[in-house]
Amino acid sequence: MTTPTVKIPAGHNCATCPAHNIGNLTKLGINMENWDYVVALAGNPNTGKSTIFNALTGLRQHTGNWPGKTVTRAEGGFEFGSHRYKIVDLPGTYSLLSTSLDEEVARNFILFGQPDVTIIVADATRLERNLNLVLQVLEITDRAVLALNLMDEARRHGITVDERSLARDLGVPVIPTAARSRQGVPELLQAVHDVATGAFVCQPHRIKNEPPALKSAIKALVEQLETAFPGLPNARWVALRLLDGDQRIIEAVKRGELGDLTRDDPGQTNGDLVLQLQEVQHA
Amino acid sequence: MLNTGQMNPPENALPNAAQNILDTANQLRWDVGGSAHEKIVEAIYTDAARIADRAVTYPNTPPRFNLDRTIDRLVTSRIWGFPLMILLFTFVFWFTIIGANYPSSFLAWLLLDNVHPLLKEGSAAIGLPWWLDGLLIDGMYLATAWVIAVMLPPMAIFFPLFTLLEDFGYLPRVAFNLDNIFKKSGAHGKQSLSMMMGFGCNAAGVVATRVIDSPRERLIAIITNNFALCNGRWPTQILIATLFIGALVPAYLGGIISALAVVGIAMLGVLLSFVVSWALSRTWLKGEASTFSLELPPYRPPRFWQTVYTSLIDRTIYVLWRAIVFALPAGVVIWLISNVMIGDASIAEHLVNFLNPIGWLLGLNGVILLAYVVAIPANEIVIPTVLMLTVMVTGASQYGAGSGVMFETGSQETMALFHAGGWTLLTAVNLMLFSLLHNPCSTTIYTIYKETGSKRWTTVAALLPLAMGFVVTFVVAQVWRLFAMMG
Repeated sequence: MTTPTVKIPAGHNCATCPAHNIGNLTKLGINMENWDYVVALAGNPNTGKSTIFNALTGLRQHTGNWPGKTVTRAEGGFEFGSHRYKIVDLPGTYSLLSTSLDEEVARNFILFGQPDVTIIVADATRLERNLNLVLQVLEITDRAVLALNLMDEARRHGITVDERSLARDLGVPVIPTAARSRQGVPELLQAVHDVATGAFVCQPHRIKNEPPALKSAIKALVEQLETAFPGLPNARWVALRLLDGDQRIIEAVKRGELGDLTRDDPGQTNGDLVLQLQEVQHA
Repeated sequence: MLNTGQMNPPENALPNAAQNILDTANQLRWDVGGSAHEKIVEAIYTDAARIADRAVTYPNTPPRFNLDRTIDRLVTSRIWGFPLMILLFTFVFWFTIIGANYPSSFLAWLLLDNVHPLLKEGSAAIGLPWWLDGLLIDGMYLATAWVIAVMLPPMAIFFPLFTLLEDFGYLPRVAFNLDNIFKKSGAHGKQSLSMMMGFGCNAAGVVATRVIDSPRERLIAIITNNFALCNGRWPTQILIATLFIGALVPAYLGGIISALAVVGIAMLGVLLSFVVSWALSRTWLKGEASTFSLELPPYRPPRFWQTVYTSLIDRTIYVLWRAIVFALPAGVVIWLISNVMIGDASIAEHLVNFLNPIGWLLGLNGVILLAYVVAIPANEIVIPTVLMLTVMVTGASQYGAGSGVMFETGSQETMALFHAGGWTLLTAVNLMLFSLLHNPCSTTIYTIYKETGSKRWTTVAALLPLAMGFVVTFVVAQVWRLFAMMG
């Protein structure tokens, strides 16, 4: 057999086998230099984001069994399949629509930090409530992976989740995990890798059942947004927020920050916002 | 998808286009009607419910016995909630006090009784000048040794226990129990969560108030966080309770009575944060309490060894390291003020004599007040500072050289030292009260400033507890003496 250091040619069965690929995971701790991709971890409070973060980075950020344990961002690094990843553990939130500081940290990072992949961690035992946030994240970004975490607990309670139906409805990869015991982590890494490299193209679910008045308002606004900011990946969501009167987004439109969100110059995150985020974080 | 555009709009086109978009949005917001937000949320919830319904299958017959529910019914019950909470915390402290005794005396025996004389001999052998010997060994080394001997054992037991409770999922239940009272105090229910964090570290607790949306309620939570006893103050409480309160009863009851005393002080802190929240929300920070939903997480069996490991590394070693970092310069300061003479007495003696009348009024003494000034950077070093100052100030007459005295934590000798310093039960009680009620440490003050961005509120948060400490200890001292006179 093979050791993890041996390069397996692409297309070889081993290269696609998760059992091989877990050997390719190198936990880099806080070493985040020269990353190729940025991964964000979002999700409801207390669903195991920090546990997944620790499993991937080898860091030991304390994971408490209570909602609201992480209110700031934590960052770490890992290497997988010859790519280096920087991973950002965002504060857990129930939604991205209100105004508290922790939700804004999470929202701003997904929107302005433009992670290459957002891992949305959902609690399999409370899927319906968790999906509210999942759908909101999918409105913002079209590169996401759903980690269906706490599957062990769900099994214990006799709950079964059909992850294929879920993946079909959401349009993103869905990976059942039990991060406490590292189950599903290799598969999750593979899915992150696929989305990051573009091997898998997500077709995220977008809300379709708005009342007609709202629908036509969104349509009108999206047209204007796309003319002004061609390539904006989440015009629909920006339109929703503008209709809702979200001050931060109105500011972003005024200051032309939205222009920076277009996908024309990949790799260049706007320094201003990263700085602002850090200020929020360390404030 | 949407990312088909290839070119940026001309630079000067942006402001106009942006203005147009905002105008359109404003117009459309009217067309949609006032409840755009609700309609969006409703649309999301409907979709979520539909998708979840398709994917999830629940067991046909719900299990007859649900352990989580049963535990919850008990620990959040109106009748049993609070007694169980007090019982659990009492157990944690009792275990800490009993367990810390032996390693503490061992460390004191090792570091103070054996290593210290060795170092003194060593420095005498190589002929260090007396002032360097004093500064390094009687100042820096002794302060550090004290910090380790006094703080390490209780921390190493208390933190893992507390973290296990946290991982098990008990703390949110405590928050649930307290929520109702917080609401009645005009504060946000989530303040109970930031208070729980404050029991670990107030600076962390202040950062944790970010979960609170309303600035008014957040400010209340920040100002009152200091009433949650922190890392640095637990050891003070535990040591003083063991030495003075536990000593009042027969030995076999000592542990449990000391634990109850510590729980009492912690509960007093909780009570005061209600009172102060209530007062603030009716005066400077008027307003209604907002509602929120608190999720009670499922009980999870903690991963024992990992929790013990992380709480030892993250908290115990972290706090200990911080204490040592602050103890080194504090040791220098203590040695200097005890050995630099002005006229016929050292600076420390002058300061202590100056502070003694104030200390007497508060039922404390000059040494304690001076220690609190020296220990502003970190609460952790209060007790070591008190002990060292007592040795050095009283030492001149009682113990000879003013240093190198043998002590053992929790033993008769420490008691003898305190008695030599003129300590009574009143001093001990008021020290416990003052340790609860005084200004936050420098790190917390700095964090408050960074979180609020306001010098005014930072000053309030720093001085309000101190003022309360003065008032409370003063009243207790006067009432105590009144009763003592009558008795």
